[in-house]
Amino acid sequence: MESAVQGAVAPGASANATALSALSADEAALTNSPARASNVGFSQRLRSLIIGALSIALWLGLWQLASVHKWNFFFRFENIPAPSEVLAAFGELYGAPKFAAHVGNSVRRIFLGFSLASGLSVVLGLLIGRFRLAAQSLFPPLEILRPIPAVAWIPLAILLFASAEQSMVFITFIGAFFPILLSTVHGVEGIDRRLVYASLTLGAGPLDVFREVILPGALPSIVTGLSIGMGTSWFSLVTAEMISGQFGIGYYTWEAYTLQQYPKIVLGMITIGLLGMGSSFLIKWVGRRFMPWFKPDASAA
Amino acid sequence: MTQPATLGAIALHGVDIHFGEGKTAVQALSGIDLKIEPGEFVSILGPSGCGKSTIIGALAGFTKISSGELRVDAERVTAPGPERGVVFQQHTLFPWKTVAKNVEFGLKMRGIGKAERERKARDILCSMGLSEFLAHYPHQLSGGMQQRVNLARVLVNRPRVILMDEPFCSLDAQTRLQMQELLLSLWHELHMTVVFVTHEVDEALFLSDRVIVLTQRPARIKTEISIELPRPRTRDLLTSPEFVALKRQTLELLLGDALEPAKHSQSAAHSH
Repeated sequence: MESAVQGAVAPGASANATALSALSADEAALTNSPARASNVGFSQRLRSLIIGALSIALWLGLWQLASVHKWNFFFRFENIPAPSEVLAAFGELYGAPKFAAHVGNSVRRIFLGFSLASGLSVVLGLLIGRFRLAAQSLFPPLEILRPIPAVAWIPLAILLFASAEQSMVFITFIGAFFPILLSTVHGVEGIDRRLVYASLTLGAGPLDVFREVILPGALPSIVTGLSIGMGTSWFSLVTAEMISGQFGIGYYTWEAYTLQQYPKIVLGMITIGLLGMGSSFLIKWVGRRFMPWFKPDASAA
Repeated sequence: MTQPATLGAIALHGVDIHFGEGKTAVQALSGIDLKIEPGEFVSILGPSGCGKSTIIGALAGFTKISSGELRVDAERVTAPGPERGVVFQQHTLFPWKTVAKNVEFGLKMRGIGKAERERKARDILCSMGLSEFLAHYPHQLSGGMQQRVNLARVLVNRPRVILMDEPFCSLDAQTRLQMQELLLSLWHELHMTVVFVTHEVDEALFLSDRVIVLTQRPARIKTEISIELPRPRTRDLLTSPEFVALKRQTLELLLGDALEPAKHSQSAAHSH
């Protein structure tokens, strides 16, 4: 039966050999285009990198001037450490075990809170997006909780959990949970219904539809949600650490203020910025690894 | 190799389909009686929005019929199934799967082993001139190539019936003609029943054994035209006198219908 299929298809195709070869010029153009696009991309990337670096240098220079000359023109720069002082503070701290412990604690809390949040919210989001009953039963309570900022949960979190550590992980969790949930629901609802139909007419069962269509179809949206959620979980964690923390980069920054070690404030802030940027980059990188097929500009091209 | 198809008979008996309830209810199909023989190529032709695609949905099994009976090979249609392949308009390849994985999908759902389904997908794609594009993603292909992959994805499962919902309508004229010829040769070799929905008169006449002409919504069968043109058909046929005559006759049928709803809506307005 199988060889009959092959034998049957081949003559039909050879009859159309001319029709197919007429398309080949078009096809060659299509296969060549990505290489050319990446060449253009390199010089443009270099250009934007240089402009970006120059811009940062300019702002740092202005800041240095303002601090050294103690400008008090609306912004009071007299107590603001200059970049050079911050750099000196950074030199002192580099490799200091205490600073590393602050960073390590924050990263651990983010990892725990964010992992729990993404696991739970992706599963819930897929269910809410796919099944009407799940949407009807789960969405209303979540909609009531959603507008409450993670920071507002801090007092209750302290009461809810035995240790400050757990309550801070919980705040991180809350910060990441809703952006990921909403993006996942949005992603599932945005899947072209005909893709589901196509999979059904090709013999897919309900579980296959979920695994082969719903999950990959929602993935771009989920990755966007994860990247937003990573930002909000850092935001929430730093606030929680400032209020109730022991160790952690937010605690470090606030402690520097109370101890009047001003360069350390800026050092803490920059560290938070770098950690946030790094984790966000990590998510985008993982996203690209899992979605080689995804081109955000595919519809525009 | 050219033994006639014995499977793929379709029978609709008094099929009605309406959507919604109460005041917002819309009747899409009304009292459709239609018999299609195994291996027959039937086009369904009608004005835009008349409910042509609803018939495809019902035959595929994802649109429930409201009353009447719909059978494929004496079996009542209740759900989608791989023996009834569907080719949609466009953009229904899975964007996250390569061309080869798209074609393998139906075989994977049937539990066929990896090595065998890879070989089958490669064979059918090569026979359709897509051997260089196995590892490409759909968005890297032109519209015509995407629809060839779509055809391959359905045909690799050897369906008894293939349902096509305006599959070539978004392609340019030249590519469309190439696809029509490809479809005819595949149909000739594979002995399957084809139900082809289109609003293009040329396309319906060129491809079909029989053209079913529908009325405006709610769609009824207005008339059917047997196409006695010889096969195999090539593009030369499109400019032959008998084809042109047939086209004129069909256009009159269609345009006569398009004038009717204007009268209907006027009389409805008067009666309110």
